Amino acid sequence: MPPIPTARAPGAAPHELSLGRSARAGFVQALPFLLVLVPFALLFGVVATAAGLDIAQVMGFSILVLAGASQFSAVQLMTDHAAVLVVLASALAINLRMAMYSASLVPYVGAAPAWQRALLAYVLIDQTYGLAIQRFERYPRLSVAQRMAYLAGATPVLCLPWVGFTYVGATAGQLIPADWPLDFAVPITFLAMIAPMLRTLPHVIAAGVAILSALALTGMPPGTGVLVAGPLGMAAGALSETWLIRRRARAALPPGNPPRPQARR
Amino acid sequence: MPGWSDAAIWGVILTLGVGTFLIRWSFLGAVGNRPVPEWAQRVLRYTAVAVLPALVAPQVIWPPATGGTPDPARLAAAAVTLGMGLLTRNTLAAIVGGGVTLALGFALGL
Repeated sequence: MPPIPTARAPGAAPHELSLGRSARAGFVQALPFLLVLVPFALLFGVVATAAGLDIAQVMGFSILVLAGASQFSAVQLMTDHAAVLVVLASALAINLRMAMYSASLVPYVGAAPAWQRALLAYVLIDQTYGLAIQRFERYPRLSVAQRMAYLAGATPVLCLPWVGFTYVGATAGQLIPADWPLDFAVPITFLAMIAPMLRTLPHVIAAGVAILSALALTGMPPGTGVLVAGPLGMAAGALSETWLIRRRARAALPPGNPPRPQARR
Repeated sequence: MPGWSDAAIWGVILTLGVGTFLIRWSFLGAVGNRPVPEWAQRVLRYTAVAVLPALVAPQVIWPPATGGTPDPARLAAAAVTLGMGLLTRNTLAAIVGGGVTLALGFALGL
């Protein structure tokens, strides 16, 4: 596509930014997520310590696993004296969605060096993915280096406070009044990331089908409903996109042309 | 932690750490820079808008923190978050809107 001449916009377009400025954009755009990551990390530190883990174990969870929802579920199940295999299976099932994130980022950063992709895998939390996919979809002309620079700026903001405030929560004890509805920090973050992405009808259909399926599947073991509901929503989005493209192609036929023979599917 | 030896706890932590990394690394590591087919890209485009709402929808309607009873403050907070996000196309505005609604609803004892 040829560059579209426009009035001089204030500031450079994202695909014209230097790597340093791309990283800075990532850094700045990740900052709002601290509003939810910090309380959530504090809460994990408090809950895991209250459950009887020592400080090294609490930090081990946040540094090595680095996945809030699965950390909470593992500690919860260990407190409930669940079998080791049940603890592991359900926490890993909760994280299986990240395989979908991993696959979804391949078209954008698959060409990056292997060590960078391995590092990205380590820090691929929900917020990292949400930020990245928003930017990569909105600005298709970004280079792979610019995309990785953006992530390099954003991930320290997302992951270091997760570790740091786990420590604060674990050592400072009951900082947070027990009756605060902190559990809802995660749903609010996810909804806030999703709403601006609902730009097209297929996106809305994908979200709608996924939500209805997830609600219908709540009886399934914890963490597993989303593994069915997610792919159902993705399929619904892809099918409706295909359908829209076909319909547009038909509507775009010039007038006066003989009607095209109906392609039977 | 009662009922758990230190070794067992560290076993859980290390297994979860390695397993979670392998899940995240799966496609990024194995597929590398081979082109992803058009149909796969079309499906993957909807990953975020499908998985994230599916993850939280049950928590919005039946919050574990209330024992599964629908809670007006949480429902209102979710609705405001979604509405603000749709109207402003701004994640921070949506988070602040949802957080303030939740705090207000909670303060009012909803």
